[in-house]
Amino acid sequence: VNESLLRDLIPAVTGVLVRRGADFGTAEDAVQEALLRALATWPRDPPADPKGWLVTVAWRKFVDAARSESARQAREARVEAEPPPGSAEDADDTLRLYFLCAHPSLSPASAVALTLRAVGGLTTRQIAEAYLVPEATMAQRISRAKRTVAAVRLDEPGDLVTVLHVLYLVFNEGYSGEVDLADEAIRLTRQVVAMTDAEEASGLLALMLLHRARRAARTTAEGALVPLAEQDRSRWDTGLITEGVAVLQAALARDRLGEYQVQAAIAALHADAPTVDETDWVQIAEWYDELVRLTDNPVVRVNRAVAVGEADGPQAGLAALAEVDPSVARYAAVEAYLRERAGELAVAAQRYADAAHAATNRAERDHLTRQAARLHAAMRG
Amino acid sequence: MAKYLLLKHYRGGPAPVADIDPMDHWTPEEVDAHIRWMGDFAERLRETGEFVSDQALSPEGTFVRYGGEGRPPVTDGPFAETKDLIAGWLIIDVDTYERAVEVAGAYSAAPGPGGKPIYEWLELRPFMTDTSPTTE
Repeated sequence: VNESLLRDLIPAVTGVLVRRGADFGTAEDAVQEALLRALATWPRDPPADPKGWLVTVAWRKFVDAARSESARQAREARVEAEPPPGSAEDADDTLRLYFLCAHPSLSPASAVALTLRAVGGLTTRQIAEAYLVPEATMAQRISRAKRTVAAVRLDEPGDLVTVLHVLYLVFNEGYSGEVDLADEAIRLTRQVVAMTDAEEASGLLALMLLHRARRAARTTAEGALVPLAEQDRSRWDTGLITEGVAVLQAALARDRLGEYQVQAAIAALHADAPTVDETDWVQIAEWYDELVRLTDNPVVRVNRAVAVGEADGPQAGLAALAEVDPSVARYAAVEAYLRERAGELAVAAQRYADAAHAATNRAERDHLTRQAARLHAAMRG
Repeated sequence: MAKYLLLKHYRGGPAPVADIDPMDHWTPEEVDAHIRWMGDFAERLRETGEFVSDQALSPEGTFVRYGGEGRPPVTDGPFAETKDLIAGWLIIDVDTYERAVEVAGAYSAAPGPGGKPIYEWLELRPFMTDTSPTTE
């Protein structure tokens, strides 16, 4: 049993415990303990029925925890008598857990942490490592999140929008620790697609697959960023691209557009171009118009200016950019890019330097500094 | 979530708001109360899931630089009267900039002589994210 298969089982096991009458918080702790035990013992001694093993061990842990609180004795006696449910209910249980872990009463960071643990089946240590905080801090963040949702009924209708947003945040966190959060986000989004068959869930999955496909080409061996236009397209993962495009096309065919589908459509058009010069910028600009209509997000407007610049020339791009608030992230970087295309090298160099100064990511800052240095060197001749 | 550094300066930064004696002139009880308060503050941040680390630094530092090919490093100092002297730091991981300001403001209310807040200036600096980007 590999670790990701083991983790696939986690939300269903928690679901079984909750259905038998355990409260979510205690059930989830019990499942985490069973998970840690499984990680320690399965490599030597794999069980014949992994899920049954997890349910048995987790249930025992839960009963132990319940027994240690005398006030729970009565309920324990009651729930112990209940028969185990069939697996047909697993998918419903799992989806309910997604809704609970992304409950609107949670801050994004709490929802992310709880989702990774309770539905992702990651250990607290792995989550802490991925987010570069001490394990004790992450443990507290998770238990507070559980207290926040303690009063929420598991069968309460949930909001898919918040679930997808949490998964999108996990994907964007990248891959710094032992666990690849981008791949983890893809695994969880696949599960949501399978359970809901919702167009936007498919749109998000397609978006993730198409971006994941470019990862190997996105940085040099030394970790420097490689812009899309300069990437070695032979290093893009064609398997992921094919899957992403297929998932997207099936979603688009149902004619219920949403922002993830549109973002995926833009990513698909890039993936579709064998060389950067063959990029269909006119169509990309049209998708950006659609995205502006759907979200009215200023960052989207900044990115749209790049597409307009490529489709209709740098002056048109700069005109599109002029409609956006200059304090928006990436504004300076996009202006620098368009100014260089327009031949205004001195302004472009200055704007790259401004963008580097305002950058919040180290790799981005280094990339923007390099761009400014490149233009300064070009001007010196 | 975003990480912030709350930098404590012995010297440097804006002019102090309150004219407070150095800690070695406080009563032992005031010193104890201050230290206990700082410990409790960090503990509360652990409980809210926002604590990353805290450290105090010795005031005496040495400047060091490369000495050139085949030569030992060059050292200088310590300088008794450095303009900016860093005393230590607290690192937090919080949802918003507003929350970081709130934490820093509360941290600056640590008790001094007579149990009154010392109104210490703290420098708040955001960390750059260091993960490899997943999107262009």
